[in-house]
Amino acid sequence: MASEIMNATANALVWISCTFDAPTRAVVFGVPIDGHLVVEVLLVVVILFQLTRKSYKPPKKPLSEKEIDELCDDWVPDPLTPQISEEMMVEPPTLESAAGPHAIVDGKEVVNFASANYLGLIGNENITDSCAGALEKYGVGSCGPRGFYGTIDVHLDCEAKIAKFLGTPDSILYSYGISTIFSVIPAFCKKGDIIVADEGVHWAVQNGLYLSRSTVVYFKHNDMKSLEATLEKVTSRSKHPEKVRRYIVSEAIYQNSGQIAPLDEIVRLKEKYRFRIILDESHSFGVLGNSGRGLAEYCGVPIEKIDIITAGMGNALATDGGFCTGSMRVVDHQRLSSSGYVFSASLPPYLASAAIAAVNYLEANSSVLSDLRANIATLLNELSNVPGLVVTSHLLSPIIFLKLKKSTGSDKTDMHLLDSIANQVLKEDSVLIVTTKRSNLDKCPLPIGLRLFVSASHSEADLLKAAASLKRVASLVLS
Amino acid sequence: MVRLTYQIAFTTLLSYGILFVFGKLRDLFDKLLDWSKSNDPQGYAPICYGFQDFYTRRMYQRAKDCGGRPIASAPDAWLDVIERYSNDNNKTLHRTERTTKCLNLGSYNYLGFAAADEYCTPRVIQSLKQYSVSTCSVRVDGGTTKLHTELEKLVARFVGKPAAIVFGMGYATNSAIIPALISKGDLIISDSLNHNSIVNGARGSGAAVQVFQHNNPSHLEEVLREQIARGQPRKYRPWKKILVIIEGIYSMEGELCRLPEIMAVCKKYKAYTYLDEAHSIGAVGKTGRGVCELLGVDPADVDIMMGTFTKSFGSCGGYIAASKEIIQHLKRTCPAHLYATSMSPPAVQQVISAIKVILGEDGTNRGAKKLAQVRENSNFFRSELQNMGFEVLGDNDSPVMPIMIYNPGKIPAFSRECLSQNLAVVIVAYPATPLLLARARICISAAHTREDLIKGLEVISKVGDLVGMKYLPIGPLNHKAKEFSKLELIKIE
Repeated sequence: MASEIMNATANALVWISCTFDAPTRAVVFGVPIDGHLVVEVLLVVVILFQLTRKSYKPPKKPLSEKEIDELCDDWVPDPLTPQISEEMMVEPPTLESAAGPHAIVDGKEVVNFASANYLGLIGNENITDSCAGALEKYGVGSCGPRGFYGTIDVHLDCEAKIAKFLGTPDSILYSYGISTIFSVIPAFCKKGDIIVADEGVHWAVQNGLYLSRSTVVYFKHNDMKSLEATLEKVTSRSKHPEKVRRYIVSEAIYQNSGQIAPLDEIVRLKEKYRFRIILDESHSFGVLGNSGRGLAEYCGVPIEKIDIITAGMGNALATDGGFCTGSMRVVDHQRLSSSGYVFSASLPPYLASAAIAAVNYLEANSSVLSDLRANIATLLNELSNVPGLVVTSHLLSPIIFLKLKKSTGSDKTDMHLLDSIANQVLKEDSVLIVTTKRSNLDKCPLPIGLRLFVSASHSEADLLKAAASLKRVASLVLS
Repeated sequence: MVRLTYQIAFTTLLSYGILFVFGKLRDLFDKLLDWSKSNDPQGYAPICYGFQDFYTRRMYQRAKDCGGRPIASAPDAWLDVIERYSNDNNKTLHRTERTTKCLNLGSYNYLGFAAADEYCTPRVIQSLKQYSVSTCSVRVDGGTTKLHTELEKLVARFVGKPAAIVFGMGYATNSAIIPALISKGDLIISDSLNHNSIVNGARGSGAAVQVFQHNNPSHLEEVLREQIARGQPRKYRPWKKILVIIEGIYSMEGELCRLPEIMAVCKKYKAYTYLDEAHSIGAVGKTGRGVCELLGVDPADVDIMMGTFTKSFGSCGGYIAASKEIIQHLKRTCPAHLYATSMSPPAVQQVISAIKVILGEDGTNRGAKKLAQVRENSNFFRSELQNMGFEVLGDNDSPVMPIMIYNPGKIPAFSRECLSQNLAVVIVAYPATPLLLARARICISAAHTREDLIKGLEVISKVGDLVGMKYLPIGPLNHKAKEFSKLELIKIE
């Protein structure tokens, strides 16, 4: 059996080699066709055939209508909101009078440290009169965006007044405080630009940075060494410096910590690395500097060096809305490409006239700034030894920020403790102070704490009362 | 729907082409003659370079005096437009002391609350004296006054929902609410012609965004079916929730949304709905309660209703009305509630008084009269314009009516000629509308009398003849509909 198979195999092999060595049977086009050529041609044909075959993929069947119906029936959406727990039902205190240094909250009179009324302009007669006049003349709303007959002469006057006060060529008004910064940033920063921002900026700035779709790099809160290192890293990585716009975004007084940005350092770094500055002066306009012109005056920096300044007018100027100022190019560009300006109704005219009256008051009575500074110093002195809390804000900041000396480790329990301190201070001693409340959309990593907004119209008795009450309650709650 | 013929499309494109060529020539000469001058300091990239602001510099600037006209009075039925002049081809515009009294067909003043009102203004001034101009504080800290809580209850009652929350700016309402409710892993399906604030809010939320054809419920159904079946792209997981965003009246088209059909589709596929009634609240509906009342939809079916106080109530700000749980959740998480200065108390009082007038709770029937007046005015004006041969968009009962202009040469001509005849109109072009579909937009108010409207019609007719805007045949539309088949028609939606 084996020998027969061997014979058969040997015969087959002999036959194959004969075919290979067969003499030329035909001559086609001058090429002799040998036997092996036929085999080679067959092999090439097989290879080509395989190459032209599509690779194996499982066949894709689109879903039938019935299957889509079933999927749609099966799908269950999440509820729009999570379950509301008991503690989420707490309502904030309700004011029954103007938010001046003494206000009526829920029926009784309290000392109010919750309003950013730095110059004490709430209840000022001049401002109220000019508003009443504007209300009689113009009504309340402006009924249209700036491009469609919503530009009223008081808006133009207000823009000119603010520009003249600060010493810039022009300014532009926005109708809401927080919408100012989150419209300005996307108007100037587009995809591909580089922004270096402080990690402690508030939500509106973070939203503006997100909407701009630029590359954002954060540096450690108010740390100039970290800023320099970040600028160094970012510029060394950048490939086309002439085409990429670069910005540093910072606040003058950070509302999440009460720190003041060292503007002269930032300007030196900006000139070294060729960046532009966007500075948010919401809490420093009308507060810092000998005449209230803001951080630039305080640090002795000429105003032309800061490219874009924005500010909300809901703080020192005791009105609403915001403005942005800078060179003519900066302001003109926003009139067509800033979405919060073009697509939104303009500022109500009476608020613009209140802003004009407030700036006039500040120009005429710059002594109110020294009152404010004296109040801050007094309160800081009194609050330097509160048990369990430590002051972390700057000496000149009108927002006094106190955080827990020893955090419990979880944000929720910290919040509980601070809330109970604030509630007890309000209930027992009639002093209204506030805790920092963070939205879950806010990505700020700074610690939460208690905030007191000092006003120039607080009396010394108010300050002493607040300090004494805080010390008493803190020792009770935090011991 | 716009009827754009080939002839009009060709002439419009030709005009834009000529403007483009001239613009490029000017840019070239600029570069040649001023190549050594540069506005930006060494080493800094320019704020806008090359083609980015070509449209602004070379096309918009020619018609810059038609937009942003300052006024010196309240934006009532008649207003005082301040005259401006320019010495350098519209690059800078200078104010003069002279004013012209013009009929106002451009402001959002649907119920006539723009100027001082006999019921509202005394109360507003009183609230100014009591609560001062601003509270300088955010709502959660010390910025909630009795007026705010009263307004929230009143708005909820007016709109027909259990609870409401108010903000100081309509634009910020959309931009800050949508991220608080929707996040990554969700889907937003929005109408293709939604307002910029909704687009910004949707983008800021981080969710995926799909667009459905304007006012087309069957396309919405198609998109919903496809998206639910397919799930999240690349992750193959189902969407966590889907939100459909629509507007009550689309301000650039003047048309009402097809709310009953869209609500039926959303209910069937379990999608949440968000209705933006910026232009329709207070202006349409028998008692002014908006498109839900006009089209017979139960407010309880719409999950979230949003609106603004700027248009019909003569104030500023926006609101959201929804169920108690949603409002409570928003009060804890919405950034505009936690970080923004609370709404100015006089503005709050204006809205409270205006709603009371509309509801008739001030003891008179001025509210009902205003609503009937604005409806009658809009229908009269629209039918007269259509009879004259203008191409007017929008539905009956809507106080917003765009008149198509198309050609870029006619846009500033129409606006300036109307102003010289004491009529103040608003013109809208690219980028607020598509490039070929520029239009003039008329907003009718309850403060307009019949004589005002007749004068307005006379002026528009005269100017329309001069400029050549009467694209449709004269006479009521129904009779002439058949003749359109002779021209080649493109429907652009």
